[in-house]
Amino acid sequence: MSATTVPPQPDSSTVTKRVTSRGSKNGQHRRLGGWWLPYALLAPAILFELLIHIVPMATGVWVSFIKLTQIYLRNWGAAPFVGLGNYSVSLDFNSAIGKSLLNSFLVTCGFTVLVVGISWGLGMAAAVALQRAFRGRGLFRTLFLIPYAIPIYAGIITWKFMFQKDTGAVNHLLFDNLGLPGDKPFWLIGDNAFLAIVIVAIWRLWPFAFLMLMAGLQSVPQDVYEASAVDGAKPLRQWSSITLPMLRPVNVVLVLVMFLWTFNDFNTPFVLFGSTAQPPAGDLISFHIYNASFLTWNFGTGAAMSVLLLLFLLVVTSAYLLFVNRRSKRA
Amino acid sequence: MRDTVGTKVFRVVTLVVLTLFTVIPLWVMITTSIKPLGDVQNAFAWIPEHITLEPYIHIWQTVPLAQYFLNSLIVCTVATFVSLIIAVFAAYGVSRWRFRGRGAFTTTVLSTQMFPGVLFLLPLFLIFVNIDQATGIQLVGTRLGLIITYLTFVLPFSIWMLAGYFDGIPRDLDEASKVDGTGAMGALWHVVLPAARPGLVAVGIYSFMTSWGEVLFASVLTTGPTQTLAIGLQQYSTQINVYWNQIMAASLVVSVPIVVAFLLLQRSFVAGLTAGAIK
Amino acid sequence: MGKTRAILAATAIAALTLTTAACSSGGGGGGSSSGSDKDTTLTYWASNQGTSIQNDKDVLTPVLDKFTQKTGIKVKLEVIGWNDLQTRIQTAVSSGQGPDVVNIGNTWGAWLQSTGAFAEFNDANMKAIGGADKFVKTALDAGGAPGKTPTSVPLYGLAYGLYYNKAMFADAGLQPPTTWEEFVAAAKQLTTGGKYGLALAAASYTENIHFAFLTAAQNGASFYDKDGKPTFTSQPIVDGLSRYLALMQTDKVVNPGNAQYDNGTQAIADFASGKAAMVLSQNNADASIKADGMSPDDYGVVALPSPKNAKAEVATFPAGINLSIFKYTKHLSQALKFVKYMTSEDTQSTLDKPYAALPVLAGAKASFTDNADEAKVFLDAYNNKSKPLPQVATEGSFESTIGKGLSQEFATIATGGTVSDADIKAMLKTAQEQVEAQG
Repeated sequence: MSATTVPPQPDSSTVTKRVTSRGSKNGQHRRLGGWWLPYALLAPAILFELLIHIVPMATGVWVSFIKLTQIYLRNWGAAPFVGLGNYSVSLDFNSAIGKSLLNSFLVTCGFTVLVVGISWGLGMAAAVALQRAFRGRGLFRTLFLIPYAIPIYAGIITWKFMFQKDTGAVNHLLFDNLGLPGDKPFWLIGDNAFLAIVIVAIWRLWPFAFLMLMAGLQSVPQDVYEASAVDGAKPLRQWSSITLPMLRPVNVVLVLVMFLWTFNDFNTPFVLFGSTAQPPAGDLISFHIYNASFLTWNFGTGAAMSVLLLLFLLVVTSAYLLFVNRRSKRA
Repeated sequence: MRDTVGTKVFRVVTLVVLTLFTVIPLWVMITTSIKPLGDVQNAFAWIPEHITLEPYIHIWQTVPLAQYFLNSLIVCTVATFVSLIIAVFAAYGVSRWRFRGRGAFTTTVLSTQMFPGVLFLLPLFLIFVNIDQATGIQLVGTRLGLIITYLTFVLPFSIWMLAGYFDGIPRDLDEASKVDGTGAMGALWHVVLPAARPGLVAVGIYSFMTSWGEVLFASVLTTGPTQTLAIGLQQYSTQINVYWNQIMAASLVVSVPIVVAFLLLQRSFVAGLTAGAIK
Repeated sequence: MGKTRAILAATAIAALTLTTAACSSGGGGGGSSSGSDKDTTLTYWASNQGTSIQNDKDVLTPVLDKFTQKTGIKVKLEVIGWNDLQTRIQTAVSSGQGPDVVNIGNTWGAWLQSTGAFAEFNDANMKAIGGADKFVKTALDAGGAPGKTPTSVPLYGLAYGLYYNKAMFADAGLQPPTTWEEFVAAAKQLTTGGKYGLALAAASYTENIHFAFLTAAQNGASFYDKDGKPTFTSQPIVDGLSRYLALMQTDKVVNPGNAQYDNGTQAIADFASGKAAMVLSQNNADASIKADGMSPDDYGVVALPSPKNAKAEVATFPAGINLSIFKYTKHLSQALKFVKYMTSEDTQSTLDKPYAALPVLAGAKASFTDNADEAKVFLDAYNNKSKPLPQVATEGSFESTIGKGLSQEFATIATGGTVSDADIKAMLKTAQEQVEAQG
């Protein structure tokens, strides 16, 4: 192990000789060592990726083609091969399994659009509001980053307490303090659960958007704004004509990363709804698959659902990157 | 340049709304943690009527929190450092060389970010067991297993961030160092790493926080004495009564160190992200 | 490009496999098999039976120490919460790595038996732990499919009962109910002034499936036919579930807030604090009620009442915790000794009290309570008015699908919706399809 983590040091004199003899042609990168050096540098990363990501993933894909239930769990090799059977069960939207998967998928789509959209909006608003120096700016910046720094489960558990019907802060605020009419509603069961999980996820995610956008804004030179102000541009117009285009590289990455995190979110429903009672309105897809696998011991269909989820994410991501690249070429 | 009225209104409204949104849960967490259980079980009150520090004493007895704390600390620290080392080498390779398979490597590594954890949880467990049986290295139920899992989870993002960072460091500097006769590794050590320090800090913070918050794999790969805070915190609610005041106290205890550390390092974090992300 | 990647990946995987193979020839194969007792350490996963995991450790450690003193066999204890136990057993089953001995819910008996991962208590093994005759027959039969060699033996016995608040009943001039109708009438009368007649853990799928099973059984229905095929949607089952849901929906004797209780202890806390006059619970509630500050003199227990026209008088199923030995264990003889010790008269009488468990040993006296009436009610229910849950391989998903379906229907009711018989039937149909997909 240790032999691979520390790549051997190349003999420097030969390196220099080779570099000077070859020189750099047309911006081609110079070789600082033997052809194997980059591979040696990558080797530890590749090893761990294979061990933890790739091989288990390949195994998971294989599982999606076999009928892995409790009877075969002890001896996977004996599980019968069912071809695309697990997939057709998952995608048969007339059956109970397919219908609930579809419901979960739609819930997740709505969840993702709302959470990513609103988080981005809040992050942008905060970043712009704190763009110019004023007294107390550092305080706000520090404060806004706290939800991001708090361990995920600690933040979600706090919200779970706040969403309790009779003893929670949310109902107390809405009905006792603000005097909303009617009875205090449930937040963690029934349809309100969707709202609850969206709020929690935004609370957790928006500081990240804020952080990235704030970092991005620091590279926008102040004099650009001043020049456009002289031209009579209003703040909103400045934002759309200067800020937004300058932040494009950040936004391209930010939106993608937030999309992937939110769509795959497992922790929020797991901690918020507990491991036994999940309302259909908050049945996010990762959590749905987890339950389909572990609660009913039906790992074959669970794996098939995961592979479908992965394919969906791959397609969306590729389309997104294609779209983004084409636009940047045109621009 | 003076702000227009509109700008001012926008700023005040934004800051007030977001401050409330951020602070309310924090306030609830703090005040609930010092209320007696009886008060917590009744209607909510913003200002605690009775104040007690008992929850902070009981949390250590209800659940072996100190042990979990130590486990989290060891696992996350080691995972962060090892992943940083591995990511530095990989990012250096990706940034400074054009070689066959480079594209495949970066695409594959980045696409692992899309893998649903549920899909490879059980296979990973099985692989760990097989390694154990073949080599005698115990990975299930040990901190080591969790360490190598977490360090891999954060590798893709770390490599991507650092590669972007290294790209921004002019190659001429490498060349200069190389002329000094220190070779590729020397250039990495003497030139690239010092210049990339903010990036390293940012990636380190990201890795540590990601590991600190992981729930799913921790629940399967650890056993009693090696469990981490993520699991430990959930145990408060499986008790005979839901001790919300203790849960809040424990949440606060596990949050404070990481929040403080993060806020102390936030400047480097932002600086590191800026340079890495805007490539 | 794709080709390069494939080759790269294939090479890497091959390399990895080779490394593993190379190492495997060198490394030893783990622990030695069935050595002497003194060198053996058994790993034991206990379920969370006490008031907290720490409490379980405190209760079990002296008992295990005594075993080590007697036999020299060391025991490594891990107490696992109910939320994690299933997943942990799954990983152990799939990998062959885990504890030697494990606690299981006895309703999982047949289902875990079907995995083939557990050692059979055949004649020889049964003899080694003291013979099948030492157990109460109901308890032993509950832990596995009929006609198959059991893979688990009873450790603690549990039964359901209806706890009632004596003072509230006396104030209202009520007698403890003997029929379902009396039960509902009493609950209605006691639902006044912010207090409710009954507390239910309506979001707990395990509690829900238990009561679904009991109400359906009182209606004479079975969830599986003779061949082990699910028959969830029969009318008596729908009627049973409807009667159970009615407690919140039409009788309105359960606080809608209970639709959020995902843990039986939350309902017990309401009962102990006087917010509810009755609670349905297994007999180990005694410890929780006491911990919540209610004196044992202030409550009474009767059997879960059946309707007047019930097809069968069913008050409970033989609930409880069983012990199983994993087949992969390298210390079978020591594990058997341990099971024998845990199910010995001495150990049982030590553990029955803190865990409020019914005796699983034939002829043993109930020691979980000092209240003779309470003991009588639970023992009578356990021995005479019980029907076991379906002992089939799909029992696990039967529990989770219907139990969670009911949680959601309670949520619908609590949030102002209505659940009709057609809705119940639709839920049962969904559950049946999921169970069939697994079977």
